[in-house]
Amino acid sequence: MPGTEAVKPNKKNIVIMGCSRVGGKLAAMFDAAGHKVTVLDLDAYSFRRLPPTFSGTALIGNGTDEDMLRKAGIEEADAFIALTQGDNRNVMAAQIAKYLFNVQRVICRIYDPLRKDIYEQLGLESISPTEVFADLLFQRLEKP
Amino acid sequence: MAKSLYIVIVGGGNIGYYLSKALLSQGHEVLIIEREVRKCERLEDELGSCCMRGDGCETAVLSEAGLNRADILIATTSQDEDNLVTCQVAKHRFKVPRTISLVNNPHNEQIFRKLGIDATISVTNTILEHVEQEIPAHPLIHLLTMSGQMEELVELMVSRDSPAVGKPIGHLRLPADTTIALVMREGERPRIPGADTVLRENDRIIVMTTMESEKTLEKSLLP
Repeated sequence: MPGTEAVKPNKKNIVIMGCSRVGGKLAAMFDAAGHKVTVLDLDAYSFRRLPPTFSGTALIGNGTDEDMLRKAGIEEADAFIALTQGDNRNVMAAQIAKYLFNVQRVICRIYDPLRKDIYEQLGLESISPTEVFADLLFQRLEKP
Repeated sequence: MAKSLYIVIVGGGNIGYYLSKALLSQGHEVLIIEREVRKCERLEDELGSCCMRGDGCETAVLSEAGLNRADILIATTSQDEDNLVTCQVAKHRFKVPRTISLVNNPHNEQIFRKLGIDATISVTNTILEHVEQEIPAHPLIHLLTMSGQMEELVELMVSRDSPAVGKPIGHLRLPADTTIALVMREGERPRIPGADTVLRENDRIIVMTTMESEKTLEKSLLP
């Protein structure tokens, strides 16, 4: 494929675990922005959420499995994002990415705000959608 | 009797049940945290009131279980990610001095240790070690893993075509964290070797090493 298209400056390798609604959308966004995206999911059916234009890689597999992560290219990844439905699965995969594979940027979704606080204190960049969404609703209704 | 401990077990399956039974009979205080109502009821029928219903990964549940005064937490569920999170929350939020985790995928033993779990038990690895001991030709036998550390004791047989035969131990290219602790030779008493001890065919050696160095060790000692 030499010379077919200009290589995007700052092109990043991004591994996303969980092709959930958020995962699928995020993968499509990074892909459209010209990054190299790999999405992992246990269920092939989840990949229906990817748009037909998606040019990245979709892999069936468990993101808490070291070998699977290697297959997904974690060793060359610039960022890893854990977005499965299970908080604990996300926490485990994110820690493997961060501490075993030394991925530069690791972000983890943790629904449970208490658990999120603990892992944030331990140095894992985490987001609790529960907190974010409740806060958003509160802001809208309380301060219109 | 030794000091009575407060031990919290997460997961009321077979392992949780038999473990509680044994620990209770040794006079320890035991609490099992189990998600399923029916399992809880069965445990209470058998063992008395020692079961709490709830998710062992939830901070509120662990707090209600009095985890801050627990001496040991043991995670025994069939999900490795749940065991990991339970142990980490126990350790960091409740300062439990010792966390022990069952590991279902044997690969995870090493990962769990790196992430701070004090002790891990993999049923698969334990069975494999026994299989290894039954097969005399098998190169490396795991004997013991030091608690809370990455160090382990392994046993090796120096075979005829091993590159180590006839060489003094000081000349072997062993990893820095690896020490040959004992040499066992037929017809002689086991002895602690020095750098000038020459290895012979059929020597059995006990080596102190780490999981990471196993591969390098195998390279320098096995054909």
